[in-house]
Parts: sequence; structure tokens; C-alpha cells
Amino acid sequence: MTYLAKPKLHHPSLPRNALGYTRRDYEGPVSTLCAGCGHDSISAAIIQVFFELAIPPHRVAKLSGIGCSSKTPTYFLGQSHGFNTVHGRMPSVLTGANLANRDLVYLGISGDGDSASIGLGQFAHLMRRGVNMTYIVENNGVYGLTKGQFSATADRGSKSKAGYSNEDEPIDLVMLALTLGATFIARGFSGDKAQLVPLIKAAVQHKGAAIIDVVSPCVAFNNHPGSTKSYDYVRAHNETVNFLDYMPERPAIVDEGAPGSVTTVTLHDGGAIRVRRVAADYDPRRKVAVMSYLEAAREAGEVATGLLFLDESVADLHDAQNTVERPLNALADADLVPGSAALARLNAALR
Amino acid sequence: MKPTDIANPDYFHKVVDCQWACPAHTPVPEYIRLIAQGRYDDAYLINWKSNVFPGILGRTCDRPCEPACRRSRVEEGSPEHRKSHAKPEPVAICRLKRAAADFKGDVKPRMPRPAAQKNGKRIALVGGGPASLTVARDLAPLGYHCEVFERDAKAGGMMRTQIPKFRLPDSVIDEEVGYVLDLGVEFRAGVEIASLREVLGQGFDAVFVGSGAPRGRDLDIPGRNEAAKNIHIGIDWLSSVSFGHVDRIGKRVVVLGGGNTAMDCCRSARRLGGEEVHVVVRSGFEEMKASPWEKEDAMHEGIPIHNYLVPKAFLHEGGKLTGIAFDKVAARYDAKGRRELVPTGEPEVRFACDDVLVAVGQENAFPWIERDLGIEFDKWGMPVVDRVTMASTRPGVFFGGDAAFGPKNIIWAVAHGHDAAISIDKHCRGEDLRQRPPPTFLLVSQKMGIHEWSYDNAIIPDRRHRVPLKDTVIALKSIKVEVELGFDAKLAWSEAQRCLNCDVQTVFADKLCIECDACVDICPMDCITFTGDGDEAELRNRLRAPALNVAQDLYVSGALKTTRVMVKDEDVCLHCGLCAERCPTGAWDMKKSYIEMTHAGGRPRAQPTPRAAAAAAAD
Repeated sequence: MTYLAKPKLHHPSLPRNALGYTRRDYEGPVSTLCAGCGHDSISAAIIQVFFELAIPPHRVAKLSGIGCSSKTPTYFLGQSHGFNTVHGRMPSVLTGANLANRDLVYLGISGDGDSASIGLGQFAHLMRRGVNMTYIVENNGVYGLTKGQFSATADRGSKSKAGYSNEDEPIDLVMLALTLGATFIARGFSGDKAQLVPLIKAAVQHKGAAIIDVVSPCVAFNNHPGSTKSYDYVRAHNETVNFLDYMPERPAIVDEGAPGSVTTVTLHDGGAIRVRRVAADYDPRRKVAVMSYLEAAREAGEVATGLLFLDESVADLHDAQNTVERPLNALADADLVPGSAALARLNAALR
Repeated sequence: MKPTDIANPDYFHKVVDCQWACPAHTPVPEYIRLIAQGRYDDAYLINWKSNVFPGILGRTCDRPCEPACRRSRVEEGSPEHRKSHAKPEPVAICRLKRAAADFKGDVKPRMPRPAAQKNGKRIALVGGGPASLTVARDLAPLGYHCEVFERDAKAGGMMRTQIPKFRLPDSVIDEEVGYVLDLGVEFRAGVEIASLREVLGQGFDAVFVGSGAPRGRDLDIPGRNEAAKNIHIGIDWLSSVSFGHVDRIGKRVVVLGGGNTAMDCCRSARRLGGEEVHVVVRSGFEEMKASPWEKEDAMHEGIPIHNYLVPKAFLHEGGKLTGIAFDKVAARYDAKGRRELVPTGEPEVRFACDDVLVAVGQENAFPWIERDLGIEFDKWGMPVVDRVTMASTRPGVFFGGDAAFGPKNIIWAVAHGHDAAISIDKHCRGEDLRQRPPPTFLLVSQKMGIHEWSYDNAIIPDRRHRVPLKDTVIALKSIKVEVELGFDAKLAWSEAQRCLNCDVQTVFADKLCIECDACVDICPMDCITFTGDGDEAELRNRLRAPALNVAQDLYVSGALKTTRVMVKDEDVCLHCGLCAERCPTGAWDMKKSYIEMTHAGGRPRAQPTPRAAAAAAAD
């Protein structure tokens, strides 16, 4: 951790977004995580995303559970709404908040322990309900706060810092989310912001449950030879399937590279993402093909990253439940009290 | 790009902008930290060693360090300055130097002693100003017998004769000139050298000419002769004032010229009976040669400055000056950007006045140097002097200060003096003058513990503190009352805290880096980028923040594991150390660079050997 406050001074040429804010206006207090933690890089990527999308900070709600990852919302978007829930219970609190006020941008920040162990049940139901939110798992395969035990996402055969080998099968949150009906599924790496920033941008704009599994090395307990979540291992085994360019408005179709290598997908808000394919014939819209690709990559010990799955056709929770259009706090007495005539009608119907 | 060679002392020296800009290369941040710690003696001695006259320079220096100061660059665009629209200002380096001089105790015991044994070499120094005194300061302790020839009764040269006492009291000059003369220097007062041939005939081993630029330029326009009684040459008038020969001037005074001498003239005139004093300059106000703070001081004393007026004639009646007539001009720029002053055709402007002070420049004059001595002069009558060795074309004769390259300032005279002293020492030993001694260059980690650094790295948002002034009514009553009161200890501490400690360098070890981005994310100034290598011009444009200030270097590492390189733009680095603080592997470290020029007879200090463990980690 760091005792020194980050000076308010900034580079004279620091750009401003459409709201007149600089990137620095989207920061929080200085991180108290270990120096070099991958989570801090993810925080920096989130700051970059909200700055570039020019989202007013007070229109964002960031919710998290417990753990190193769940501490990080303090370190970004200092002017946004925040909620630290009980361990693993971020999804239900977020679902409730989303039902009450659908106008906010929801960001769920969790870790491998918070999502794949204690909160696995909550994780599953959030995905299957299609809550409109961005779920970021800061996945380091280790329990950092309790000094380096394997977490449920640690790969079989990977070594702990103390030298033990993990004999349990890992939970793959990406594969799980696929089977549970999440509609935007991606994997990133904290050490590659060029890939991560557009992924988060597209996820934030996606309507429905978006999950990004971000491999985020734990410098203190899981960055050694034998770990499969170290900077070196992920760099050596990163199998990037595609790159994203997020565009706020639908662009003119530009042909880039070989024919068929660029696919433009329009999002609900009218924005678009341009998917530049790296792996031949990888189409994130074909679920079965995606599953077999991911399984093959896993068997080969590769870490597939990029936008892995996208379905823009499924309704989110509010559409499915046919909820009221406005946030509950915007409903006036006239909306909430139907009056005695309506009550009389209801009573008559029950006689 | 080629990885940066940080073993070259110049690389980190350049990062310390103030020190690099100083002609004498005084280690500024080092002494500012000592002031903050209340170690005024140590702060003074660092200065004394480097620039010989800290008390004098702390009041009068032309301060090339301050425009170079990084502080004003980093405040550019800061939230506070956006609100106030105030111009960011550098650290008040010069006035902090004075604070060290003001608050020090008895430093005499810590200064070198006169040489116990003379080495038998005799050096003649012509002129008793800052250049000659610096040569004497460097050479006397080595055993050289230095003879200083000065036409006036006391040593100090222009520091004593041309700088008004209300800016620089005699007591300060006496003290600091005294430190030099006490080193066993022979001071020959009241001796005006009329012939260099004669000096050379006296068997000196070397001669140093530090005679200054003693002739004020005149203004030859109609009426000059008729009104001569009330027209004075600025520097001559100032020295007459200094010696007490002149103590009055007319009620209405016009000062012609826009340099620092003009500012001294007008402020002196204000104190000697001048009630309506005007400064009139040919050029625009912005282009005036005077330092901005000297103009400010003059205007503070109720002296208006009029610009774009070219003197046309002195007006007189019955042999008495009545005024001056000026033509109005405007600046026009030709295709090559050269400025031309073109008459506007408007009617002439007249200033009624009783006295005129002409301060339109100074010239060198060497009527006493015979032209057949093997000392070459150029077509402007200036000696041909080597800019590194200060040697003339005749072996054994050296020049320095204003005598070498025309009017500059005290700190340049000191720098010349150090260089000439090295050359004279080498000349007397029969060594090659061009082999210059390297500086002392030490680089030492400032890490004291996990979150402990040996320097104060919290950046203070404070604005520059003003030096308290004597009340103008009192100040204007006497030519001798010092106007600036100097910082008190508390103000000096606050101002010292504004220093960014640019000598505490960000040092990067590429072999230790795991490319986690922690330093990139934390850097408040977006100085650090990890990216593919490229050539400099192209690289400068694809950093996190474009590195447009090409005067500032890029620090480039060797290739990292991902084949990328670390590129750091030194321009607006706060030296806050957050990169090192957030680095998990110690690839970044904050190391203090101590760079000290080596003077005559000295040897650079050796880098202390790091402990074995630290050395292994750095591998």
C-alpha cells in the first residue's frame, strides 16, 4: 500500500471529455492494494472507459462483495454510488438496485473467491435473469487476503507459492456464464489494457448480463513459476480470438484487412462494436462453436481472450418482467395510488 | 532509440533544470533541502563552493535557474491555475540562496585556509571583480600567489560600483570579498593597469584579465554637447553615486535604456531627489533586456516605463537641458521574422526634464592591451577567447567575466573564473588545457524503508511566496536602505517546500520489470509509457501524453520481456516517487544524483560502493 496521496497536478495537455472532465476526475483515492497488483490495472482501465464514454460519475453504481477485488471500487469513480455487500452477495443487492432504478449504469466488481466459491449461487442467478449490468471478475486464482491458498478458479496442476499442487478441477466462469445464458461474455488480462478497455466499453453499452473474466495476477502470492495466473504465464499462453473497436455511433463500414475479418455488431443503444478476428473463423455469435473452441483451448493450456460470446437478441430482466419504465424513485403518488374507484373495481372482480 | 546512458553525468544533470541552467552549476535542490532542514551553514557552503558569492548573488543574480525551473511547467494546466488564471511561477531559488546567507552562523572555520606552503607560481589578476576573485579563490588555497590589481580602493568591481546599495549593502560585499582575500591573496588597491606588456614583463606565470566592460555607451544625437552638464552616462553615474561623489539629481529625470542598469539608474534617481522619474525605451516593454522582476521593482516605486520611443534630440536653453524629443515607432516584422522599428509618422513626443541618464549599453575597452603581444582581437575589438578554457591566443593569458565575451552578469563571471582557474593550474603544470576534469557524480538510493524516502516527496500546491519589502516611503528616503528584507525562516521553509527535488532521479532497471503497469497507472503526470520502440520523433507522439518539449530528454530502457521498452518523458515529472512506491519489484528506484563541478586542483569524488546485496539486486 501507499501512504502518499496522488498529487492533484496533472499533465498540461491532459484531454477533457464531452462533459469537461479529465481522466483524473474519474479516479478515487490511492490504492491500498499491494504494489503491482493486477487489480489496480483493471481499476485504471475502468477509469479510462468511463472517462472516454463521458458517463457522468453520479450515474454509475458500483457494487462489490468481499476480497481484494471487492476493495477496488474505492479506487476508481470516486464520485459514483458504491455498495460493499456481504461476501458473495453482490449479485442479489445489485439485482434489487437495478429493479428499483433502471436508469443507472451498474458495475459489479468481484473476485474468484467472491464469485466462484461463496457467491457461486448468486452469480448463476444474476446471469440467468439477464440483469442489465457489467460483471467484472478480477480473477487471480488465489486467496490473497488469507495469504495464498488456491481459489476455485486455480487450474488443476498449478503450483502454489508454498509449492503445493492444486488437485481440484477449476471452475471456468466463462463456460459457466455461457451455459447460464449470459449475453456478453469476454475474457481479458490486466496486463493488456489495449484489449481490456474496449472490452469493458462494449460490456457497459451492452443491454443485459455482461461478464468479463479478467485474469489479474496476484503479485504477492501467485506470480511465480508453476502458476497459471502469473504475468509470464498469461503472456506466453494468451490466445487472443479477436480485438474490439468500440464506436459510440454506427460507423461507415470500413474494410480492414482480409475480407470477412471484420464484423460490425450494432448494440441496442445505436453504438456498434467492430470485431477484428484474429483466430480464423471464430464467430462469437455461435454458442456451440464457441464452447468447443474454449474447451479445446483449455485442454491445450491456452488462455482464450477477447470477446468470446455475444447475443444482442435476448431481453433483459426488465423487459422479461414488464416492469415500469421509470425508476421507482421517480414515481409520484398519482402513479402509485390508483384510487378508490380502482379498488372497488378490483373488489368487484373478486366477488 | 538507443537505451539512455544514465552513467553519463550529463543525463541526470540535465534533468535538474536549475542546476543545468546555472553557469556555475550550483547543486540547487541539495541546498534548498538543507534550508528546509534549517542547516543554513551547509546550504551556504554548498553555494560558496560553487558560486563564491552566495549573499551577493542571493540579492542580485540574474537567476537563469528560475526560468528553467520545472515547477512552473508542472503547474501549467493545474486545477488551481485554471481557476485563478495566474501564471505559474518557479521556486524563488535566488532569494532562498539569500536566506542561507542571512541565517548562517560562523562559516569561516569551515573554509579553506591560506596555503601553508606556496608553490612558487605567481598569477596576476587584472580587475578586482567577481571573475578575478573567483580565480583567486580557486588558486590561492593550492599555493599560488595571486596578485589582484584594482583601480579602486576596495575589491568587488561592478558588484561594488554599479549595483546600488539599496539592493546590495556594502557589508555583504565586504564579507564575501573578505573570504577570498583572507585566503592569502595579495590585493593591490588603487592600481590601474596601463600596459599589459608591463605586467607580462614582471615574470608572472599567468595573467588573468577580469577587467569587466567598463565603458558606458553614449547617445550621439543633437543637443548632446550643448546640454552635456545634465546628461550622464548610466554606469559612470552609478559608480559616482556609489562612492558618494554624487548625492543629488534634478526633480524631473528621464532614463534612456531598458536594461538592468537603466532600472538601477531610475531607482537610484528616485532616492536622490528625482520626483518624476521616467524610463523610456526604444523597443516594446516585453523585449526590454531588464529582468522582469527588476522592471516590477522599478514600477513598484512609481516609475513609469514608456516604450516604442526613439530619442531624437536633447532640448536645451542657454546651455541647460530642458527635455528630450522622441519619435514614435512601431515594431514590424519582415518575412524572416526580424524586427524593425518603423516611425509611425505621429508627432514627436517630448519629455520635459532636468537630468538624463543614458543607460543604452556597455562596451569593452582594452586600450591598455598592446596589439603586438600575440593576443588576437576580432573586428569588434574583443579578444579571441576559447569558450571552454578561457585562454586567449597568447599562452598564459586568460580572460573571464565581461572582459571575455562582453557584458553578462555575476554568475557568468564566476563560471568563467572557475574555468580559467582550471586552465591556469594546468598551464602552470604544463598539462593540456583541453583535458577538463569530469564532475563529481554520485547516484544514491533514497529508499529508507517500505514507504520511507529520505526526502519530502509530498507535492505542495503553494504559490510562490513574495519577498517582504521595506515600506516604499521609507525606502525611497535613502540610497542605502536595503529594499528587500529577505525571507524570514518560516517563509524560507515554505518556499523551500515548493522545490520538486528534481535531483532525486527516477532510475529504471529493465531486468527487474514485470510490466504490471503499476507505475503507468499511478503516475500523476502521465510521464511513463510502455510501448514498441521507435525513433525519437515518432515515439514522442505516441506516448500517454505527447512529449512536445524537445528540450527535455526521453529516458528509454532496453527491451523488456514483451519486446516493448519503457519510455519516460522527463519534462513534467514531479519526482514524487509514486512509480517507485508502486513498483512491486524495485525496478524503479528514487536515487539522488549529486553533481558537483570539479574546480582547479580538485578531483571528482568517487561513487560509494553499494553493499553486496544491493549490487546483486541491481544486476
